[in-house]
Amino acid sequence: MILEALIGFTFLAALVVLVAPDAWAGRLAAAVSLVPFAGALYAWSQFDGAGNALTGGTIAFESRVEWIEVGGRTVSWFVGLDGISLPLVVLTTFLVPLAILSAWTPIDERQSQFYGLMLFMEANLLGVFTALDFFVWFIFWEAVLVPMYFLIGIWGGPRRKYAAIKFFVYTNAASLLMFIGFTALTFALGESVDSFGLPAITAAIAAGELSTWFGIAPGTIAMGAFLAMFAGFAVKVPVVPVHTWLPDAHVEAPTPVSVLLAGVLLKMGTYALLRYNFTMLPDQAAALAVPIAAIAVISVIYGAMLALAQKDLKRIVAYSSVSSMGYVILGLVVFTEYGVGGATFQMVAHGLISGLMFMAVGVVYNATHTRMVGDMAGMADRMPVTVGILVAGAFGYMGLPLMAGFAGEFFIFVGSFGAPSLPYAPVFTALAMFGIVIVAGYLLSAMQSTLFGPFDLETDYEVGPAAFHDVAPLAVLLVAIIVLGVAPDIFFEMIRDAALPVVEGVTIDG
Amino acid sequence: MVNGLPGVTALLPALLLAATGLALLLVDTIRPDARSNTSMAIVGAVGSLAALAATVWLTATGVGSADAGAVYLFSDAVKVDTLGLFFTAIFASVTALVLVAGHDYFDDGVNPAAFYSLVTFAATGMALLAVANSLAVVFVALEMVSLPSYVLVAYLKQNRGSVEAGLKYFLVGALSSAIFLFGISLVYAATGSLILADIASASIEGLTGVLGVGIVMMIGGVAFKTASVPFHFWAPEAYEGAPAPVSAFLSSASKAAGFVVAFRVFTEAFPLEMAVSANVDWMLAFAILAAVTMTLGNFAAAVQEEVKRMLAYSSIGHAGYALIGVAALTVDGPANGTVMGAAMAHLLVYGFMNTGAFLFVAMAERWGVGRTFADYAGLWRRAPVASVAMAVFMFSLAGLPPFAGFFSKYFLFQAAIDNGFVWLAGLGAINSVVSLYYYSRVVKALFLDDPASPTALDAVDVRPTALYAAVVFAAVATVLLLPGFGPVIETAEAAASALF
Repeated sequence: MILEALIGFTFLAALVVLVAPDAWAGRLAAAVSLVPFAGALYAWSQFDGAGNALTGGTIAFESRVEWIEVGGRTVSWFVGLDGISLPLVVLTTFLVPLAILSAWTPIDERQSQFYGLMLFMEANLLGVFTALDFFVWFIFWEAVLVPMYFLIGIWGGPRRKYAAIKFFVYTNAASLLMFIGFTALTFALGESVDSFGLPAITAAIAAGELSTWFGIAPGTIAMGAFLAMFAGFAVKVPVVPVHTWLPDAHVEAPTPVSVLLAGVLLKMGTYALLRYNFTMLPDQAAALAVPIAAIAVISVIYGAMLALAQKDLKRIVAYSSVSSMGYVILGLVVFTEYGVGGATFQMVAHGLISGLMFMAVGVVYNATHTRMVGDMAGMADRMPVTVGILVAGAFGYMGLPLMAGFAGEFFIFVGSFGAPSLPYAPVFTALAMFGIVIVAGYLLSAMQSTLFGPFDLETDYEVGPAAFHDVAPLAVLLVAIIVLGVAPDIFFEMIRDAALPVVEGVTIDG
Repeated sequence: MVNGLPGVTALLPALLLAATGLALLLVDTIRPDARSNTSMAIVGAVGSLAALAATVWLTATGVGSADAGAVYLFSDAVKVDTLGLFFTAIFASVTALVLVAGHDYFDDGVNPAAFYSLVTFAATGMALLAVANSLAVVFVALEMVSLPSYVLVAYLKQNRGSVEAGLKYFLVGALSSAIFLFGISLVYAATGSLILADIASASIEGLTGVLGVGIVMMIGGVAFKTASVPFHFWAPEAYEGAPAPVSAFLSSASKAAGFVVAFRVFTEAFPLEMAVSANVDWMLAFAILAAVTMTLGNFAAAVQEEVKRMLAYSSIGHAGYALIGVAALTVDGPANGTVMGAAMAHLLVYGFMNTGAFLFVAMAERWGVGRTFADYAGLWRRAPVASVAMAVFMFSLAGLPPFAGFFSKYFLFQAAIDNGFVWLAGLGAINSVVSLYYYSRVVKALFLDDPASPTALDAVDVRPTALYAAVVFAAVATVLLLPGFGPVIETAEAAASALF
């Protein structure tokens, strides 16, 4: 019941905040958003899952209520956690209160609606990471889009309409593609499954129950479904070449929305890739390992190169997200314990680090009203604490040891270098590693020109240190990043436990 | 006997609606000088909700269910079964919403009794149509729906658009009524009966040509009532010119009334085996109509500039989806009942989301903010609750989760695929994608666009309470029908399966 309570409370909180007076909506939202976090921590302490939820592992907090029947299969309210979803649930509930705190300064109109939508999105995100029935999952998945569309479209920057519509069109088209791919799978499974539960479908596919449907051979259907789902989720991740909605959405979105977009929403894509493509259809994933690895490496390098060319601090961070997500894809496709586990760990690590970066850039922007690299210099002079944390976060991005980013990337590289199922694995790994050099290049040069040197910014007001409630979430995030970097095992152990069955599912030729 | 009561109790919903219409006239006669919308709206809403409650009560106690058997009345001219009760529930719900909304839409002193009683009498006709078991009753009930509708469309008699729309609707309606009636006479000529079951069992040797022509002409009558191709021309004009609550009533309830004819008459009077063996394959005709109707409706809606006209074409598109219920049928098809039940469930969900959308337009007309997408710009700043409700209707009409329109469409397409009609389901899915474009334009205008001028929204100064209540209720129903879709689809499937 704890998951229902978690999701239900967040929904109720969203409704209450939605109608609260603007004057204290921000404080109320921050206070109530701590409850889901406490709930997630409690769930963590009581976590008794083992193995992977989709491949017959022990599901923690499993609860299942039959809902409706369609085409001979039951749709159930089916939720539960395993070692892959629990860290993401904790990440979500951890980031939302911080994002809400970071909204206190920049959001000054229609606050109750803003915070209500943030909490509404959190509730749906929790649903996405806990649902184990396709339809429940899909409804939550789509329901995340709606608040995001409004959050960008109403509170965004000058080109917010363009960015919101682009986001909406890209992600909806992707959802449709994915939906068609998955339903094709269920049609081909015929009567061998009697529910839309993800474990049942995974088991049926693994047992070779896919049959010919409308004259299409099972192998073709599986491959087609894999491609459709991969394309659909790739938009969400995003990978090159379907990444173009991301920088627009990030630049126009207000800071707290960017934090959630980069911190959690992108992880929906990689989480779904892991659950659907790589866990359900490992054979197809193995067959397509080389092209997928190529896409991953291209995302890493090309995303970093694009970041290198940007002048807008937010765009730099946005493109570097494309680059970081490339590592996650590489980790998934190599099908090794450290690769898949590292990819999942990197989801959490990147959620924290990119959240920190967007938040810090937002705090600087609140003070300067510009994000352009050439417009300011020597910010360290006026906002030493913020800049200090920003620099620390940037080093986390570059993979400084003892920070979460290092652990995630290190696991991925360990897992991918000697991966037996991926041809030319060392080459792919080496190319991806080169991405870190570019990351260091653009982050250091951007920081060099904006943060250090003599202070230079033309304003008609005094630029001073940021407010306590702006800096506090930054500090909390930095502490979390360091803790996770020093002791990755607090998450990695359960992640590895859940990742192993996925890896064992794949057959390796030669 | 029904629940120990006389058999006519099964007609309670229709009787309650008729009594409500008479009560409305009575209220108006007693107090002709104090013509107030309020007393009318209260009487009308209470009456239609009582009819809804009676429907739910009858369904819940199993009247007309497959186990208990249908209730036949008046020498088999009326047959009350779950199918009829299901549709009556749609009619009663939409009627209640429209009557409540009428309270704020019409000014006092414009003879409100006419509006309320005409809507109620039309609803009575629909309730009768839903249980008609004889072609004679079908025709009489159909006219009972049509005649008040013509008047309602032209209700704003000082408004040129309204009068013109009424005239167009009447001309096309009269023509299609004649065609439908002629079709009935040909069917009678071929089979010698008007009772549906007797038509099915009649020997038609040598007269299949006559029967075939009759069936085709009856399809024309159905196409008119459901606003499907080729008799859809009246719909955009009539919906646009009519007062918005009337448009809501016509596009939701009246359309569903057309479908009850299609669902019941064609499957009962012309069973699938007979249609195939006699070479009058009406399923194929409906399949072509469904494909053309949904495509035409959606693509035409995409190029509209006025919201009400867009909704009119979208309503044609949805008629195309619902036609799948009579199109995707095959002899001994494994999912015949499922696909028709899914179409019925879609019509129920559509009854709420489409009525709600038109009632939002009614609110905009009441405020006088204009008719185009651009006129709706930034409306949510002044009317956040109604705008959120409108967003719910739009996303649900497009078939996006997490709204009931997602399930109703998905179940429909899934059932069509299960019955072997992949192409129809695929076409429906493509059309749904197109529809997202024009539905999201409304949402974009309401929430994302800035008002054309700072004073553009000053017209939004009144809070029409009853209209608000109706819109919000429809939105809540649209959301809650997603978790509560189970009982709806189960009832609908059981009702439809009884026909095969």
